[in-house]
Amino acid sequence: MQLNGHRIRTVARKEWYHILYDFRTLFILFLMPVVQLIMLGYALNLEIKRVDLAVLDYARSPESTHLVNTFKGSPFFHPFPYDGSAANMDHLFKTHQAHAAMIVPSDFDRQQQRENDISVQFLIDASDANRATLIQNYCNRIIAEYNQNNTMSLSSLFDLRSTIYFNPDQKSAYFFVPGIIAMILIMISTLLTSITIAREKEFGTIEQILVSPIQSQEIIIGKVLPYIALAIMEASFILLLGMIIFDVPFRGNVILLMMLTTLYIITALCLGLLISTQAKTQQIAMMMAITLTLLPTLMLSGLIFPIASMPRILQWITYLVPARYYLLIIRGIMLKGSGGGQLLEPILLLGWFTLFFFIAAIRRMNTTLER
Amino acid sequence: MKSPDIIVKTENLTRQFGRFTAVNQVSIRINRGEIFGFLGANGAGKTTLIRMLCGLLKPSSGEATVAGLDIKRESEKIKQKIGYMSQHFSLYNDLTVKENIEFYAGIYGLNRKQIFQKQNEISKQLQMEPYLDSRTSDLPLGLKQRLALATALLHNPPILFLDEPTSGVDPRARRSFWELIYQKAAQGTTIFVTTHFIDESEYCHRLSIMDNGRMIAIDTPESMKKRYKKKSMQEVFGFLIREKGI
Repeated sequence: MQLNGHRIRTVARKEWYHILYDFRTLFILFLMPVVQLIMLGYALNLEIKRVDLAVLDYARSPESTHLVNTFKGSPFFHPFPYDGSAANMDHLFKTHQAHAAMIVPSDFDRQQQRENDISVQFLIDASDANRATLIQNYCNRIIAEYNQNNTMSLSSLFDLRSTIYFNPDQKSAYFFVPGIIAMILIMISTLLTSITIAREKEFGTIEQILVSPIQSQEIIIGKVLPYIALAIMEASFILLLGMIIFDVPFRGNVILLMMLTTLYIITALCLGLLISTQAKTQQIAMMMAITLTLLPTLMLSGLIFPIASMPRILQWITYLVPARYYLLIIRGIMLKGSGGGQLLEPILLLGWFTLFFFIAAIRRMNTTLER
Repeated sequence: MKSPDIIVKTENLTRQFGRFTAVNQVSIRINRGEIFGFLGANGAGKTTLIRMLCGLLKPSSGEATVAGLDIKRESEKIKQKIGYMSQHFSLYNDLTVKENIEFYAGIYGLNRKQIFQKQNEISKQLQMEPYLDSRTSDLPLGLKQRLALATALLHNPPILFLDEPTSGVDPRARRSFWELIYQKAAQGTTIFVTTHFIDESEYCHRLSIMDNGRMIAIDTPESMKKRYKKKSMQEVFGFLIREKGI
C-alpha cells in the first residue's frame, strides 16, 4: 500500500497542536527529568565519603598514634578515640556512632619489632554488605600504605599497580547518569504516545478517523513524527543537564549518539502506541506504560545491577529490555568514546525492537475497534 | 426488482457479540436522497447496524452494499463515499475550529486551497466567523453539533450516517440541526439517521423501528399512523413495542 504524505502531515500537525496547547504536560515533561536526574544522580551513589572509625588504642605509643594518623590523612576515614571496653563495641554500631572500629593491642610496638604477626583488629558494621566490603578495601589500602612507610625490608615480592580506564576516580555518577538518561527517555517517550490513541478512544474521535480513508500506518507515522522531535529536544536537554550537574565526560561522537538515541526514542514511542491501541482509557495506558518501562529498565537493563551476576533466567529476560542495548551504546559512546562499528551488536538488536514495535502498533491499530 | 437508485441495501445482516445478538437478520433498502430513520430504545442495535455499514465493525453473517460496494470486501472504497457523525460529535476540544476543519479535510485528502474554501463556506453557512479561531470546547453545544456535521460532510459524501446526532442538545438546536439535514437531502445526499427521540422520527421520509436487534416495522411515518390508527408516532411506537416487541 502506498503512503500518502499529505495525510501523514495532517495527522502530525494535529498532534503537534495537541502538544503545544497542553502547557501543563510540556512543563512536567521538562521538569520531571530534572527532578529525577538530580534525585537519582545523588541517591545512586556507591562512593563512601566519611567512615566514622572508633579507635580503641591500648598501646598509646608513638607508633600507634602514627597508625591512627595515617587513617586521619585519608579522606574516607574520620577516626575518633574510644575509651570503653572492647566487649561493648557493638553498641557503637547499634547507635550509629561508628561504621567501623579498630583495636590496637597494647603490645603493638613489641610485635612490630619482631616484624611478624602484627595483629590489629578491625570490626566493621556489615548490616550494609556493600558498604562493609568497601570499608574493608579502604582499610587494606591504608594498612598497606602504613606498612610501606614503616617497614625497612621489602616484604612483598612484586608490586601490584592497577591503572583504571575511562573512570580513574571511579565516580559512580559516570556510571549512573547515562543509565538514568536511558531510563527517563524510555519512560517519557512511552508515556507520551501511550495516551494519544487511548485519548481518541475516550473522546470518540477515533471512530471519525477510522471511517475516513486514512490508513493505519499513516496514522501511526503521523502520530510518531512530532513526538520524535519533542523527545530529541528532551534527550539533548537531559544529556546536557547530566554533563553539567554531574560532570560526566563525553568522549565519543555526538552525532552518532544522537542518531542512536533517536532510534531508541522511536522504539519507545512505538511501544507507547502499541500500548495505546490496547488500553481503553488514558489512565490504563499510563499505568501500562510506566509498569512496562520503569521497573524492567531499573532492574533488568544493567542500569544498577550487573547483568552478568544475575541468575540465568533473569539474564535471558534482559534481552527483552530495549534499555539494555541503549545502555551499552550510551555508556560506550560517552565514557569510552566507542564508534559505531564497535557497538554494532547492540545497535542491530535495538533496531529489531524498533521494527517489531512499529509493525505491531500498525497491526493492532487495524483491529483496535473490533470489539 | 432491482433499481439503480437503491443506495444502501442489507440482506439478513446479523452481528453477534458472544451469545448476544445485537443485530438480528435486518434487511433494508434505502433510496437515493432519502432521509431514513432508525428508531429504537438504547441497546436496540441501531449503533451496531450503523457501525457495520460504515466499516467499523464486521458483520457475523448476512450481506450489505453501500453505494453499490460490498461492506466486507470493499470497505476501503466505501470510506470515500460516506460521512459519519456519532453522538460524541467527534471534534477535538483543545483545537480551534479552523484546526478541526483542517484536520478532517486533510485526512480526506483535500488540498490547502480546498480546505481554505471549506473553512469559508462553513463559517458563512453556520455563521461562525467570530468562532473560527476559538477553542472548540468554548462553542455552544448546538453550534458544536452543527460544526461536527459540517466536518463529516467536508468531502461531499453521497451518503451520510448519523448516529444519534441530537443526543444531549436542546430542542431549539435540534430543530436547526434538522433544517441542515433537510438542506443536504434536497441536494441529493442520502441520510441514514438513528434516534431515540420519537418526535424526531416524524422528520424522516421513511422509518424503521428496532427492538432487541430485530426490525419490527418499516414504512413512512404517515402510513404507520394510518395503519395502526394512531394519532402520533409516540402511540405507534408504544403499540408496536407491546405487540411485536420481544
